[in-house]
Amino acid sequence: MAKIIASVNVSHVPAIGAAWDNGKTETPYWAPVFKGFEFSKKWIADLKPDVIILVYNDHASAFSLEIIPTFALGCAEEFQPADEGWGPRPVPVVKGHPILASHIAQSVILDEFDLTIVNKMDVDHGLTVPLTLMFGQPREWPCRIIPLPVNVVQYPPPTGNRCYNFGKAIKKAVESFPEDLRVVIFGTGGMSHQLQGARAGLINKEWDTRFLDNLVKNPEADARIPFIEYVREAGSEGIELVMWLISRGALEADVREIYRFYHVPSSNTALGHLILENKS
Amino acid sequence: MTHETDRIVPTAGFDDIPGTTLFDAQRSRQGYHVNMFCMSLMKAANREEFKKDEAAYLKKWPMSEEQRQAILARNWGRMIELGGNIYFLSKLFSTDGLSFQHVAATMTGLTQEQYAEMMLKGGRPIDGNRSKAEWKNKSETKKSG
Repeated sequence: MAKIIASVNVSHVPAIGAAWDNGKTETPYWAPVFKGFEFSKKWIADLKPDVIILVYNDHASAFSLEIIPTFALGCAEEFQPADEGWGPRPVPVVKGHPILASHIAQSVILDEFDLTIVNKMDVDHGLTVPLTLMFGQPREWPCRIIPLPVNVVQYPPPTGNRCYNFGKAIKKAVESFPEDLRVVIFGTGGMSHQLQGARAGLINKEWDTRFLDNLVKNPEADARIPFIEYVREAGSEGIELVMWLISRGALEADVREIYRFYHVPSSNTALGHLILENKS
Repeated sequence: MTHETDRIVPTAGFDDIPGTTLFDAQRSRQGYHVNMFCMSLMKAANREEFKKDEAAYLKKWPMSEEQRQAILARNWGRMIELGGNIYFLSKLFSTDGLSFQHVAATMTGLTQEQYAEMMLKGGRPIDGNRSKAEWKNKSETKKSG
């Protein structure tokens, strides 16, 4: 049987991808950021997952305003890096896992999570920056990756509670897949940041820390946070954090905190990173 | 008269957060052509065509004259008020070779240096920035002080 064994939660700031692609990882500004992922790179290299389910949001790259799916699942064989206005990032093509993805789609839809199935989609920095942070720049990504984009661009996004329960449905789906696969789920985006308006630059370390603490030990408390609190306390783009509740819902109730890293600033953003493993 | 940027049907709490425009379905509708124009810049050939003659390129999208002027003037704050969304606008400022931080700074009234400095010092604090009432009090204190 397949099993989700751990979650990796991480911000997906585009400037991190640009810093990597332009060889700026050793500059005084970026060195502390990349240093914060040295443990994580070794951890995932040792873990060698077969599949990553990568929860992220598309930033107006694959989905325009023509169609706005709340939850979507990439079921294709592969996904090309998107051209976000400065040419595609020089990163490997993402190889999917169509059989597992299709199984997940079928299972969660019958569990009443009506996601949108996507068979053609380019993937933007929301998906590729977390991979860069965890794997550097290999010739190929070391495992299969199933993209799971969530709408957090047009308000309101799905509630944290909905995301948390969706994670549970994904867990059930993976555990009913007959092949022995070791799966890691990524929750990406956040933490506190606001990119627009006169309040841009907002950072709320205290709120972020409480969110992280609760995500480990009391995820139901995070799941109860109303939409408007994210916007008020963590900024209009801090709302991305609902995606960390999908990855948390996909784990067991009891988890071990393996690693945590928090750094301000990463461009406009409080960069957060949390690795959790199931206790059992 | 209803202003173009006013919400026709108010949503509880949405409009109380200071210095923040929430991109909801109504604003999405209002900014549809602005955002779809931005998205067209994901193709290198379109970027070239836009750079050659911006005004001519913009005529392809049936947006309001106000929206067109905000784009030509690169008035990012105004584009947001008129229904633009920051992730769509990022295709335009990436075409210009500008960063998220540069554009965010221009919307705050700070210089880019001041903004970068604020971020290095831990960002804009949450205290005093939670509600419009707090901003109102702040500006009144300033006036009386």
